[in-house]
Amino acid sequence: MKLEIRGARVVDPASGRDAAESIFIAEGAIAAIGKAPQGFRADETIEAAGLVACPGLVDLSARLREPGFEYKATLESEMRAAVAGGVTTLACPPDTDPPLDEPGLVEMLTRRATGLECGKVHPLGALTVGLQGERLAEMAELADAGCVGFFQGNAALPDAAMLLHALSYAATFGFTVWLRPEDAHLARGGVAHDGEAATRLGLAAIPVIAETVALRTILEIAAATEARVHLARLSSAAGVALVAEAKSRGARVSCDVGVHHLHLCDRDLADFDAQCNLRPPLRDPSDRDALRRALAAGTIDAVCSDHTPVDDDAKQVPFAEAEAGASALELLLPLTLKWGREMRMDLKDTLGTVTSRPAAILGVGAGTLAPGAPADVCLFDERAPWIVRPEALASQGKNTPFQGLEVTGRVVRTIVAGRTVHRA
Amino acid sequence: MNAARNLQVGPDGRLRHLLTTEGLSAELIRHILDSADQFVSVSERDVKKVPLLRGKSIFNVFFEGSTRTRTTFEIAAKRLSADVINLNVSVSSTSKGETLLDTVYNLQAMDADMFVVRHAQSGAAHLIARHVKPGVAVINAGDGRHAHPTQGLLDMYTIRHYKKDFSALSVAIVGDVLHSRVARSQIHALKTLGVPDLRVIGPKTLMPNAVERLGVRVFHAMGEGIRDCDVVIMLRLQNERMNGALLPSAAEFFKCYGLTADKLARAKPDAIVMHPGPMNRGVEIDSSVADGRQSVILPQVTFGIAVRMAVMSMLGSA
Repeated sequence: MKLEIRGARVVDPASGRDAAESIFIAEGAIAAIGKAPQGFRADETIEAAGLVACPGLVDLSARLREPGFEYKATLESEMRAAVAGGVTTLACPPDTDPPLDEPGLVEMLTRRATGLECGKVHPLGALTVGLQGERLAEMAELADAGCVGFFQGNAALPDAAMLLHALSYAATFGFTVWLRPEDAHLARGGVAHDGEAATRLGLAAIPVIAETVALRTILEIAAATEARVHLARLSSAAGVALVAEAKSRGARVSCDVGVHHLHLCDRDLADFDAQCNLRPPLRDPSDRDALRRALAAGTIDAVCSDHTPVDDDAKQVPFAEAEAGASALELLLPLTLKWGREMRMDLKDTLGTVTSRPAAILGVGAGTLAPGAPADVCLFDERAPWIVRPEALASQGKNTPFQGLEVTGRVVRTIVAGRTVHRA
Repeated sequence: MNAARNLQVGPDGRLRHLLTTEGLSAELIRHILDSADQFVSVSERDVKKVPLLRGKSIFNVFFEGSTRTRTTFEIAAKRLSADVINLNVSVSSTSKGETLLDTVYNLQAMDADMFVVRHAQSGAAHLIARHVKPGVAVINAGDGRHAHPTQGLLDMYTIRHYKKDFSALSVAIVGDVLHSRVARSQIHALKTLGVPDLRVIGPKTLMPNAVERLGVRVFHAMGEGIRDCDVVIMLRLQNERMNGALLPSAAEFFKCYGLTADKLARAKPDAIVMHPGPMNRGVEIDSSVADGRQSVILPQVTFGIAVRMAVMSMLGSA
């Protein structure tokens, strides 16, 4: 099967390419860009003038909810949502039920995902057995089964000693440990940023120091153990500053931000919108602005959807009792484009935050249109406006604080390994 | 917080629900207080009943126990001739696993006209108001730390009764502001009514972050904070907060923040002393002050019935 995508604006952040060209695909891989390889005869030609062709998006965090939470979402529904959003590669956190702490679970998940012939799933293994924080999971076994890193999810580690052991053991093998920087004691019981909105609404708070105290501990122990650490979901200006300083000292850390935190702040909780119940919490507008700038400057390496489908029943309760999280696979592209436009960024630099930059963190061959790379392509209309309507989302999770928002940028076609897996 | 206002006040400016004092206009608050004036006289009559809500069903739904508050709503509803049904849900449905909204839908199916709701979670009343049928009114009788608007309004009534005018007052709110829905409801109402000098007094562990953005000045020393005040409002300290991580002991709290005659002497000589009840004598307030000439704590209770009658009659006649 040979495919030609003709006349699209080809934007490949990894190579710096941004020009109206054709993409030639053969045997599931990029054969050439610009000039057709000798003797290339396309079986299908896609007329793509006016559209943008970029590498399929790479999402560092999408909860697929299987196994265990099929009433919230299924692997099939969420992989359809992924490709509908132009996402062709994603990492899924281990916080399923049971958690991904055994090779068999990981193998089953990846095998089933492969069978769906949508995008590629790279599981993150549980850092500790059952995410209980007591015993290390079998990291080497899990890595053999396909895990690209180890994560504790939103569950806490009991103390710094356990963190030391986990990082030390992971460093033995060169595995990346993902950590959401939040001190469990300082965050306990909290559901909102410790600011004016929480004070007005009478909600228990998660202070910024819950993030900075955790970051200092993680950075110290990461340095001591020489472990590679990925910091998941920064939420505060103070947190960004700590990471920037650590990076300037040469620390081997990367970090990401959830796409909601680029656009929302604690004011958006009013009045008690449970769709804005997120972890980490939405913070002050000044925190949001710092996150936006840090992503543009590269201090924050990537933006992710932090996709978390939640059933209506778990949101139709008082704010503090609502399950945290938002459905966002299909919003990652338009919300990232929105951020890029508002920051007056180049389209290429904007798209780097959801393609080449997250791919580098995962260490998988994705997020590029280089010849020889898998032909994972997202074709989108950069200027097409649409209104976010939860019922129209492919995801089983209809929970989004962006309901009714007009966004710009619509996925027209998603291609994985040369096969069209989604068409608008 | 426009959304909150739209939820509780209709486009015609009429009250649809009472969820919070935040966002209520000064005009609407004054209208409620004026209306309460008439109901005070009803309560002074031999026959303490008017037929304004005859045939209406009011459900007092308390997900968190409170005999006192529930009783005041019950009396108010009965004096308006409504049928009152009391449900203590904390020990019935929810222990069987029924959700908050299912409980409300079930009661709504019994043709409730009005819900008076208390719940331990902030925002519970908003959630219910967003899901009831048009024409069904919700009164928030206390949701978590968020709001207790009828208490806030009865306090405004009390202050107006004794001080007439809000525009030159100094008001101090003392104690556990962090956990107090009463304090929040008072602060919003006092700001809206134009109180120029509003202070909150308490230890840092009981003061919410960024509280000054609500328009208050924060004091940690009682003697300084109370100086020259016209109104001193003491907050209730919950038993579970008295000894622990936020406060070392009730005794130390009383020493630093309890209202004694000595401390009260720093306020204006005609200052009034208020407390939403139930009081902890010897913790927030000394008995000599609670029972003293400046205390208006019992009139607060009396006015509370009238204010709740005013709110219920406005919502019930909509």
